[in-house]
Amino acid sequence: MLCDACGKRIATVHVTKVINNEKTEAHLCQECAHEQGQMSFMTEPSSTFHNILAGLFEPETVISGRPIRTRVRCENCGLSFGDFRRLGHLGCNHCYETFHQQLEPLIRRVQGSTRHTGKVPRIEGRERLVRERELERLRKELAEAIAQEAYERAAVIRDRIRELEAEQD
Amino acid sequence: MSLGDIVKKMSSEWMKGTGPENDIVIGSRVRLARNIVGIPFPAVAGEDQLRQVVDLVAKATEKNSRINPEMYEFVRMQEVPLLERQLLVEKHLISPQHTEQVKYKAVVLRKDEAASIMVNEEDHLRIQALFPGLQLLNAWELCNEIDDGYEETLAYAFSDDWGYLTSCPTNVGTGMRASIMVHLPVLAMTGQVQRMMGAVTQFGLAVRGLYGEGTEFLGNIFQLSNQVTLGHTEEEIIQHLTNVTQQIINQERAAREHILRRGKTQLEDRIWRSYGILSHARSISTQEAMQLLSDVRLGIDLGLLRGIEGRILQELLVMIRPAHLQQMMGRELSAPERDVHRAALIRERIAIPR
Ligand SMILES: [Zn+2]
Ligand SMILES: [Zn+2]
Repeated sequence: MLCDACGKRIATVHVTKVINNEKTEAHLCQECAHEQGQMSFMTEPSSTFHNILAGLFEPETVISGRPIRTRVRCENCGLSFGDFRRLGHLGCNHCYETFHQQLEPLIRRVQGSTRHTGKVPRIEGRERLVRERELERLRKELAEAIAQEAYERAAVIRDRIRELEAEQD
Repeated sequence: MSLGDIVKKMSSEWMKGTGPENDIVIGSRVRLARNIVGIPFPAVAGEDQLRQVVDLVAKATEKNSRINPEMYEFVRMQEVPLLERQLLVEKHLISPQHTEQVKYKAVVLRKDEAASIMVNEEDHLRIQALFPGLQLLNAWELCNEIDDGYEETLAYAFSDDWGYLTSCPTNVGTGMRASIMVHLPVLAMTGQVQRMMGAVTQFGLAVRGLYGEGTEFLGNIFQLSNQVTLGHTEEEIIQHLTNVTQQIINQERAAREHILRRGKTQLEDRIWRSYGILSHARSISTQEAMQLLSDVRLGIDLGLLRGIEGRILQELLVMIRPAHLQQMMGRELSAPERDVHRAALIRERIAIPR
């Protein structure tokens, strides 16, 4: 058996990787086993994304009643949805709009949500969204403060909420 | 200080062995994926576009008010010699992929190695911070700050619903992956690790370990990270991962106490045998070394082995790797030669002063 990594030397080391209890086998030569015989902080959890991707579209799947038009291409980068299925990567930010309909169920499945609640870049007239997210956070904090009977802190938070709400209108 | 000085320095910030819970948690890492609006992601972009990204990020780094120019260095990967690229990989500052097809790749390095920014890896920017011990929040805050600074000049690809748009939809939203590296020798020894891994998955986290031909995980080191990047705030994701890690830490500590009460003699025997091999071996593989070093580290943590510092584990984790050994010897080494020099280095580092 030849080494999985270099394909040149005979595989003598048999390594089992375990990710979320799923085992994958690797057969490596002495040389490559040395190179790889170390877990790297940089290697990211390879999620089951590609399996999901495969499972979602095979054999001929239809999403929300409509067949997938794999020939449509993103006008910014030229990627087709077929390319995406093959690569597992999108081509540019515009792809997210072009393939919005096909991506929605996929993202819901992978992420369990389709609504971002985290950081918002403070540019390009996004002030409104920044304030909206800040308000959401403050309302949560306010509820917590009240639950803990921290009324002084609650009053401060309430004032800040009023300010932000005034800016929003 | 030049790049050469940075990579030649044998110890990074995260290897210091400090930080909360450092008897079990080796390090905490946070990385943010960011892309510039309108320019195709690196895998699809053409040469001109990739060059444009490098130039834009170079300029944005200069203008980044949160990046002290004396603390950071912008380096084009093309200008980094092969061995030094490998050193950066072994120190976890860049990914292995970032050493290939380097023509339009770059990296911004913080001189204490607590942060690095990869340019044109899978996304246009990958901002990461690495801290010793359980310090995810600090790692996030550093990334967040660097990101704030880039935001001043770079227009990020962002959608109100889906957040930061990334090359792979598994990163969309916060674009954040938070990871914790933990050393769990006793949970592994007693076979409880399998169950722990199953349980952790239920919490929406990923666990990875690596093991060789035996049944034990390589060095008993595991990496826990968030699977989901959309629908929760960065702080929520970090809090959740920290909470789950804290529970695993408690389990490992309980298991350590139990084994000390019930099987101290066997444990002590095992630790000293491992120490014996490491302090006498003339040739050793990475796999064997990691397994034995895990025992030695446990002995240090339990006070059974005195006179050696606990950070020996994370230091050697990096220093026994091929590029670091070659750097140390100043020449290329074959695999059998590396085994010899690895054994010599370990013998020297774990010697107990009299
Ligand atoms: Zn090989
Ligand atoms: Zn596109």
